[in-house]
Amino acid sequence: MNPVRKRRLVITLLILGAVAVATALSIFALQRNMTYLYSPSEVDAGKAPAAHPFRLGGIVKEGSVHRVPDTLTTEFVITDRFQSIPVTYTGILPDLFRVGQSTITTGSMVNGRFVATKVLAKHDATYMPPQVAQAIAKAKEAHRIPKAAQGGGAP
Amino acid sequence: MHRLGSPPTFYRFAGALRPWLMLVALAAAVVGLYGGLVLAPPDYQQGDAYRIMFIHVPSAWMSLFVYAFMAVAGLVALVWRVKLAEVIAMECAPAGAAFTLITLATGSLWGKPMWGTWWTWDARLTSELVLFFLYLGVIGLYHAFEDRRRGARAASLLALVGIVNLPIVHYSVQWWNTLHQGSTVDWLNLGRSSIAPSMLWPLLVMALATHLYFFASILGRSRIGLLSLESGKQWVRQRVGGQPAQPTGART
Repeated sequence: MNPVRKRRLVITLLILGAVAVATALSIFALQRNMTYLYSPSEVDAGKAPAAHPFRLGGIVKEGSVHRVPDTLTTEFVITDRFQSIPVTYTGILPDLFRVGQSTITTGSMVNGRFVATKVLAKHDATYMPPQVAQAIAKAKEAHRIPKAAQGGGAP
Repeated sequence: MHRLGSPPTFYRFAGALRPWLMLVALAAAVVGLYGGLVLAPPDYQQGDAYRIMFIHVPSAWMSLFVYAFMAVAGLVALVWRVKLAEVIAMECAPAGAAFTLITLATGSLWGKPMWGTWWTWDARLTSELVLFFLYLGVIGLYHAFEDRRRGARAASLLALVGIVNLPIVHYSVQWWNTLHQGSTVDWLNLGRSSIAPSMLWPLLVMALATHLYFFASILGRSRIGLLSLESGKQWVRQRVGGQPAQPTGART
């Protein structure tokens, strides 16, 4: 490689390296601000802001969804399997909202209840036909009754 | 390789290759779309609404791939000052911007019914939007210069520097809590992907189609770019005019 090209290559790579380092440092510095949501455990530990709204994320606890009759209000519990927080929401729920689904709610804590102004459902990145989902559910059910039937083998 | 870098040779080579690439790309797109929209079963949670991913996911992959391709061409343009690399890098930007826009638009259309919102400022969505602005920046910077070759080199530097955004887009769903789901396709072990094979194969065929379409499109666009950059040169006159080159340099 002739010296002119070599110099250009070195300068270009130096610029690229400097920008990469600067970006990495700013992302590292912004780490806290880039947190999109808090889990119930983090809220319990007092990490979530008390004064202004934040996002609470977790799984909709089984058997906790309760619709208040004649209103759009839904009450449910968000859990990360360690801590749970009761949530109240008035409005239309997204299609993917269901029990056991990852859900992100925006709102603030009012007397120990999280009053949500927005509910978003998170997709679990799994795609399968309904028949397969049913088969898996059936297999799980079958495995649950005879506790230690066989090791593995489930789809 | 060296000879392929010369504009007349590339012009001929690209002209011969382009129709074939385009044909295979179209065939793959027809097969992929038929497989995705008709043959693939509905999803257990989303029903038929998930089918937008057969457009969204290949476009998203392309938005990253085209950027990487543009940055490499930009590096060659910057260091070796190869005319062809400048043209290719600059022609990548509109194609990449289009793929990014399709990604953002289809994601938004899917997000409203599924997530419950058109848009949210999570790390994945935001970094993809930054990618779109980077493409626009490259296009804008290129056209801001009177001298096209200087413009191409300046924009190449921007393209190269912007490459730091690619890992951010890709890993954002792992590094931070995002609303956007993580990766479904496991490239190291396709069988371990959390997607049924009947849905995976149309997705991969669509990915092939978009890549081939991109290369066909870039070959065609680069030919035009070379023609206009080299207008007035002998080989262009012979190609375009069909009449013998005039002895004096009278440009049309």
